[in-house]
Amino acid sequence: MQTLKIGDKEFISRLFLGTGKFGSAKQMEAAVLASASELVTVALKRVDLETDTDHLLSHLQHPHINLLPNTSGARNAKEAIFVAQLAREALETNWLKLEIHPDPKYLMPDPIETLKATEELAKMGFIVLPYIHADPVLCKRLEDAGTAAVMPLGSPIGTNKGLKTIDFLEIIIEQSNVPVIVDAGIGSPSDAAKAMELGADAVLVNTAIAIAGNPSAMAAAFKMAVEAGRIAYESSLAKQLNHAMASSPLTSFLNE
Amino acid sequence: MHTFKNIFELHNWEEQKISIYSKTAKDVEHAISSKKRTLEDFKALISPAAVTYIEQMAQASHALTQKRFGKTIQMYAPLYLSNECNNICTYCGFSFDNKIKRKTLTDAELLKEVEVLKNNGFNHILLVTGEANKTVHIDYFKKAIALIKSQFANISIEVQPLETEEYKELHEVGVYSVLVYQETYHEEVYKNYHPKGKKSNFFYRMETPDRIGTAGIHKIGLGILLGLEDWRTDSFFNALHLDYLQKKYWQTKFSVSFPRMRPAEGIIEPNVIVSDKDLVQLICAYRLFNEDIELSISTRESEKFRNNIIPLGVTSMSAGSKTNPGGYAVEPTSLEQFEISDERSAQEISNLISEAGYEAVWKDWDNVLQ
Repeated sequence: MQTLKIGDKEFISRLFLGTGKFGSAKQMEAAVLASASELVTVALKRVDLETDTDHLLSHLQHPHINLLPNTSGARNAKEAIFVAQLAREALETNWLKLEIHPDPKYLMPDPIETLKATEELAKMGFIVLPYIHADPVLCKRLEDAGTAAVMPLGSPIGTNKGLKTIDFLEIIIEQSNVPVIVDAGIGSPSDAAKAMELGADAVLVNTAIAIAGNPSAMAAAFKMAVEAGRIAYESSLAKQLNHAMASSPLTSFLNE
Repeated sequence: MHTFKNIFELHNWEEQKISIYSKTAKDVEHAISSKKRTLEDFKALISPAAVTYIEQMAQASHALTQKRFGKTIQMYAPLYLSNECNNICTYCGFSFDNKIKRKTLTDAELLKEVEVLKNNGFNHILLVTGEANKTVHIDYFKKAIALIKSQFANISIEVQPLETEEYKELHEVGVYSVLVYQETYHEEVYKNYHPKGKKSNFFYRMETPDRIGTAGIHKIGLGILLGLEDWRTDSFFNALHLDYLQKKYWQTKFSVSFPRMRPAEGIIEPNVIVSDKDLVQLICAYRLFNEDIELSISTRESEKFRNNIIPLGVTSMSAGSKTNPGGYAVEPTSLEQFEISDERSAQEISNLISEAGYEAVWKDWDNVLQ
């Protein structure tokens, strides 16, 4: 399996994890370890820098794990940039998952504010990974703005509905010059495998693992699914055909 | 301005009540099996016909809540700043006509209270007052918030209804959410319970969430006081209010609380008894109706109820609460607004949440977010 390069880092694992929604910090740590993920996203708003009463950070102290702070809670570019600066200082990383969702109901990403913030943050030296709709044009605009990757959603966040945006994801993957990470909506290992078979560079999973009966075992299942999907992609998956090969080809006369 | 009053006036209390009470088992089954639930479905879910479906509702509520909020419960504590009040509310311990010692915390006292709450682990706080506009006003709130802001990640307030401009000012100084309960949506009954003071203005109170939404506050907390009127009909109106607000103020989050009448100095007996079963039905009905609403349970509820409610749909809980100004450190023995039923400490509740397989979340916001 090829390694994945984003910004200045190289990853063996193509499975990224969210750290919210787990029943305990210990359970979260066990799942992260079982997934072999090397990049986990943490909402800055959840991090208590003074006392760490929620024990989030102390359970993520492993040499192979990189933190990807996210701006969850920001409603516009200005707030996201504030959060980004604080995260850079507090967590000592210039990596950032940019999340701007002004709508608290479906947590839909705001494309306009996200593009604005990406432009600014890239100029400020951040490695920006924006969470966005599966919008191929927006992805190209973000590339122009200096994004390190794009993170289109598979379906609304937290819904476990899988790859509802598949047609758009295919266009994005086909056109992209930066890594494409499918984020949000991946509800089962088969969804993750499917995204990887399509040629996504990585997937980010949270809810499906966090609220599983056994989060660690589910994390391991996702690890295998992501690897299987990637290997399939790299091995040039046989094309699906809608019809059987005709027994009398139309062009056979050329050989006569 | 178009407000909830316009919607409210299209709905007659008695008609709605009849509609709720005539829902059938078939309506309930339809509501439970629907993918998106309407207000009509909500009525079915809170109706007497749904009582026998309570386990099914609880299972569905459990699954929906975990999907949206994960296995987490947000921890918060109330901090009473003042018990001064010019309103007569016949059910409230702080009512103007109750001869109790009145107190509003000074800066030094407020900091003492804060110290105790911080030591107990709290990062999300709810500031509470009565309604005494001459002493406990917008400037008092702004000063109090400025004094404690650096110590808390998230500040909510539950004070008298204010004007839009005042809410904007509070938003600017870092207030995250505003709670304002209508108590009851029954207009005539409301007037009996609130005979005197600014609170006696039913519609001014009912239009308060519109003003909060217009001001851009992040979250609005709604609720009725369970025990005043028929809880089913009142909850329908509360859900109608919620539905209207959520569509109009699309950037705002919403929470619903379930204060059930508890004994307090000088108050009346509840007019309607809301049983544990009723309350569970109501909580599950809200979750099925609205997947993303935050549902809150306070220490008014008993230990037994709180021990069992964690996986059923609630998302936030208070703990170790004192409902008297100065109750944590300054004057622990002064009179409470209502009697606390669950007196266990914050740490004990946190342990209880862990035992239920959930994580107690202490911080889920940051000062850097406006």
